[in-house]
Amino acid sequence: MFAVRDLKIPGLPPLAFEVPPAGVLAVSGPSGSGKTRLLRALADLDPHGGHLSWAGRSCDAMPAPEWRRRVGLLPGEPRFWRPTVAEHFPTSGNSLDEEVASLRIDPATSSADPMVLSTGERSRLALLRLLLRLPEVLLLDEPTANLDQENRELVIARIARYRKEHAAAVVWVSHRPEVVAAADRVLVLPEGKLRVPAAEEAP
Amino acid sequence: MIPLSTGDLVAAAAAVVALAVANRMAGLGVSRQLLWLAARGSAQLLLLGLVLRFVIGTTQPLIVALMAVFMLGVAAREVKTRQARPLAGRWGYLAGALAMFLSSFLFTVFALAAVLGPDPWWAPRFSIPLLGMLLGNTMNGVSLSTERLTEALVRSRDVIEQRLALGETREQAVSDISRESVRAGLIPIFNAMAAAGVVSLPGMMTGQILAGAPVEQAVRYQILILLLIAAGTGFGVLAAVRVVSRRLFDDRHRLRLDRLAA
Repeated sequence: MFAVRDLKIPGLPPLAFEVPPAGVLAVSGPSGSGKTRLLRALADLDPHGGHLSWAGRSCDAMPAPEWRRRVGLLPGEPRFWRPTVAEHFPTSGNSLDEEVASLRIDPATSSADPMVLSTGERSRLALLRLLLRLPEVLLLDEPTANLDQENRELVIARIARYRKEHAAAVVWVSHRPEVVAAADRVLVLPEGKLRVPAAEEAP
Repeated sequence: MIPLSTGDLVAAAAAVVALAVANRMAGLGVSRQLLWLAARGSAQLLLLGLVLRFVIGTTQPLIVALMAVFMLGVAAREVKTRQARPLAGRWGYLAGALAMFLSSFLFTVFALAAVLGPDPWWAPRFSIPLLGMLLGNTMNGVSLSTERLTEALVRSRDVIEQRLALGETREQAVSDISRESVRAGLIPIFNAMAAAGVVSLPGMMTGQILAGAPVEQAVRYQILILLLIAAGTGFGVLAAVRVVSRRLFDDRHRLRLDRLAA
């Protein structure tokens, strides 16, 4: 269980929720309502009050890098900092090529300078960079924001497959109705209320 | 040694005045500043001479220690004022002071105790000029590397936080930036070592030779100083980069740019 108790983020009411293994919590709300700040706090990137735990282990009880390897954040505007794309991944060679191709990106891109990537390629490669590190909880900041419908479906399916195969808990910031409808619960910001997704949100 | 009279210095000043006149005729508009700075520099040196005559004559270790601490304080202040965004609060001074204390003081004591060996070991005639040379150069390296470090941390904030988010430690997330900052701080002393005696005749050595010291001894002193400066600057830069980058992350490996002055 990914459990959040009494999480205090400036400008928001204290937040509390739980996401079971393989469960999905969608986070919605207008821009500026604190969605990204919530994910940063969950990744322990900002100082915050309250209590975070995963599988019974408290965030405070483990070194921060270990927490972040278990609770992986996909940022809204992914950056690449090494000379080639491939150097950002924990794997290389054929297995990396296959993974890259599975997201409909030319495997030759691996050896390219990240500067040449399109926005859509950056966001898909950033997802891959995170998933190949095998996090146990996913914190996703609008992973489909810059994608056309076909790639959007591909990414949603990839996340669903990972979630089921690894029993990963997912906290998913999204405006997409199909994402919200498929979630177990929806956290609405800035109110901090939890609700069950309504049937009319289905596409 | 040929003693210099006040008249000799006036003659040297005439050369600067000539430059100021030439500048004015060319309409370059820096004459006033040039004259002011020449006068100010001379006055500072004369004042230093008075202080040094007193300090060098003293037999009180406390006075030497006070002078050394005062010099360190001035250097730390200078490091802080040269930063666009120094660390907020007392750490703005402390980081530089700590780095320079660890390097300049350490190597001054080393040179006094292990190399020169005056009696007593803190004899101000040796300790104060040595410390001054070391502090002046270390200060340059420390402020250059600190400036590079804080500037790069602010500019690369997104990248650093994304590396942290992937589970890197604070040391891993800033490894490239630390290396770059150390290098930036060492550039002046690298240049000085490469150019020594080929492109430039170091000021200290030239002064000694003019004052009548044997050339071979002047050269040896210059080498001693150059090596001490290189070691002092190197350790000072390493310490400064470590202290400042440590201060800009907290125990949870979070980047804390809120600890920089606005």
